[in-house]
Amino acid sequence: MARAHKYDVIVVGAGGAGLMAARYAAQNPGVSVAVISKLYPTRSHTGAAQGGVGAALGNVSEDHPEWHAFDTIKGGDYLTDQDVAESFATDVIDAVYELEHMGLPFSRTPEGRIAQRKFGGHTREFGKSAVERACYAADRTGHMILQTLYQQSIKDDVTFFNEFHVLDVIIEDGSARGVVAYELATGELHVFHAKATIIATGGNGRMFKVTSNAHALTGDLMSILYRRGIPMEDPEFYQFHPTGLYKIGVLLTEGARGEGAVLRNADGERFMERYAPTIKDLAPRDMISRAMYFEIGEGRGLGPDKDYLHLDLTHIDADIIEERLPDITEFARIYLGVDPIKEPVPVQPTAHYAMGGVPTTNETEVIIDGDNTIVPGLYAAGEVACASLHGANRLGTNSLGDLIVFGRRAGIEAAKFASASEYAPMPAGADERAREELDRIRASSGKERASHVRKELQETMMDNASVFRTEETLAKQVEILAELQQRFRDVSVEDTGTQFNTELMEAIELGYLLDNAEQLVHGALNRTESRGAHSREDYRDRDDEQWLKHTLVYKEEDGVRIDYKPVTLGKYEPKPRVY
Amino acid sequence: MDTMRINVKIKRFDPEADRRPYWAEYRVDARPSDRVLDVLNHIKWEVDGTLTFRRSCAHGICGSDAMLINGVNRLACKLLVRDVGEVVSIEPIRGLEVLRDLIVDMEPFFDSYKAVLPFFVNDDPDPPRERLQSPEDREIFDDTTKCILCAACTTSCPVFWTNDRYLGPAAIVNAHRFIFDSRDQGTEDRMQVLNQANGLWRCRTAYNCTEACPRDIPVTRAIEEVKRELLWRRA
Repeated sequence: MARAHKYDVIVVGAGGAGLMAARYAAQNPGVSVAVISKLYPTRSHTGAAQGGVGAALGNVSEDHPEWHAFDTIKGGDYLTDQDVAESFATDVIDAVYELEHMGLPFSRTPEGRIAQRKFGGHTREFGKSAVERACYAADRTGHMILQTLYQQSIKDDVTFFNEFHVLDVIIEDGSARGVVAYELATGELHVFHAKATIIATGGNGRMFKVTSNAHALTGDLMSILYRRGIPMEDPEFYQFHPTGLYKIGVLLTEGARGEGAVLRNADGERFMERYAPTIKDLAPRDMISRAMYFEIGEGRGLGPDKDYLHLDLTHIDADIIEERLPDITEFARIYLGVDPIKEPVPVQPTAHYAMGGVPTTNETEVIIDGDNTIVPGLYAAGEVACASLHGANRLGTNSLGDLIVFGRRAGIEAAKFASASEYAPMPAGADERAREELDRIRASSGKERASHVRKELQETMMDNASVFRTEETLAKQVEILAELQQRFRDVSVEDTGTQFNTELMEAIELGYLLDNAEQLVHGALNRTESRGAHSREDYRDRDDEQWLKHTLVYKEEDGVRIDYKPVTLGKYEPKPRVY
Repeated sequence: MDTMRINVKIKRFDPEADRRPYWAEYRVDARPSDRVLDVLNHIKWEVDGTLTFRRSCAHGICGSDAMLINGVNRLACKLLVRDVGEVVSIEPIRGLEVLRDLIVDMEPFFDSYKAVLPFFVNDDPDPPRERLQSPEDREIFDDTTKCILCAACTTSCPVFWTNDRYLGPAAIVNAHRFIFDSRDQGTEDRMQVLNQANGLWRCRTAYNCTEACPRDIPVTRAIEEVKRELLWRRA
């Protein structure tokens, strides 16, 4: 029998969005809140974010939320819902001040205000030139957000269930009833009955071979909800960050380019001048990643295989590098043996961020169709969710903004819902599906190792569905995924233990990754245009007539079904995207 | 890239099968540029699926994989094969109960951390914008904001090994982060905790913590700064 728990609000995930949601939900007297995470909260991947959180504070030069909203919409290649971007750009200003009031140690201007720097795609006066909008704490802004929110959760005495893997979300008669979780330390199943459930579990970058994402980022809830009939919105829009450390994918923040670093090819040329004459190396990530692939394709890459480019910081004052970019400097030194102060750093695009995810309203309520039909009691925020703020391509710094703005809204909305409603009954045998899945893998005598299937998934996704795609590569990947799903049925584990059976959890996570890849590849095959991070070599242009709409991918008995949701437009007419 | 054959010795313990820990040996191929974490993953994924350890970000920022590697506390993801040589020994960090293989019980560690009130306290009404802080005031506690709570420092501390009720360097580092923050008002309460029998004064400045810190925080110096602050306040 599973152990039973009851909380008014359950938050799944303890990164920036989850901790913010928990904080706000818990501020309501009489609302009980618990956070479930498969990691210790401070291990969450919010902590790996480096460069900053974008907000139009205007501490360094004039700035306005309208400019930020416009940049976000244009950066998203007009797939961004404009009402979402506008309320976000306003709310993120307060949210940043609030983090400061919680003690977040931002770097400071000489006047003692929060320091701000330039970042990709953030401009003054609707594209005239780059603007200092990224509020930063050296190059560990995400670390400081995660630490600060965790510190506040200690002050607020929040209840945590750490190292609990959520294996199922119970949805009955169209409303959410809570979650089923596996306790890593004991192997026990727990059923958490809740009035409101907030999903804040982050991304799915581990479906790719070269990624900035943690091992833990396996898209668990994107898969679990998909299996439960919730569609995924815009999964084909996956961001490759231009500057991952060569081969290992560890991120070197865009903040480096914000401080003046430039990309160079084998000729030493600052090639972004050709692709984005106005803002050059501070163009949005999708454009720079594509430019890097072009350069490599034209034979202007570096190294024996001519397959990387250089990020050059050598002209920047060494003191500025040490003070504002200490972590990435250390990463380059440790992992590549390269000192960025003295020599350029080998970089390549690295799988970084899912623009798509669980579809939600602007108030974080999960929806199941193009008519915005909500699932009562179910909320999602952060990278796992798609509001859609980021459209077809997220601007740097808007992920941290997303966490705090939408995490806060989720906490407020979930608590409001919980205060106004009774517990909808938890169905008997709620843990059955999770138990069956565990039992199937534990009992399997199949010959496959999860690690082998996962490796093949990661390599083929990199080859067929990363920065550039064609019908041919995507159709091929559909077949490969079907075969990998077959092989997944043959995965077995050596570890029969009940305590800390991480091998079993890795096998379960592989199943999630396969679902995430399926969503992405089908969405990408279906969308016969190029927009933002989705680049089809066989359909090179953006096609607003056909495709100015969000994708919704549903899981069906025998494959997938695709539907659509309109984009909320506003005062900014879609225009060609030049920088 | 060239691979090298390395001999990895791992101290293993499965509470459901073993009465006491034992050393398991694995001979594997690795590239000099591989992280020790990559080697552990290789063993888990190709040789023995039961090998158990914590990991997440794989680049030294999440703090999951502190281990005793060749006798020194390190993050497995921030140490390369070329820097450990052909024979590598890996054990769980010391002073915390081993739950399985390289996984230890982190709860007592987090309890000590929580004891020092590691959160910002300022009871004045929030200003409409940010509280001001000069770059110089911000710099004073810059180092101690880098802590990732990996426990490498605390579990390298000889005082902690013999007295697990000692708060330990990580907790003091996190107290330092607030005590020297010009905006914070919680120092009195924090000092009371630090001044207790198993608090600050147990530190014998062995410097193990400073050497163990994967974030290059000058831990011992931070502890000394807190000691001085406490003395000043009492004087």
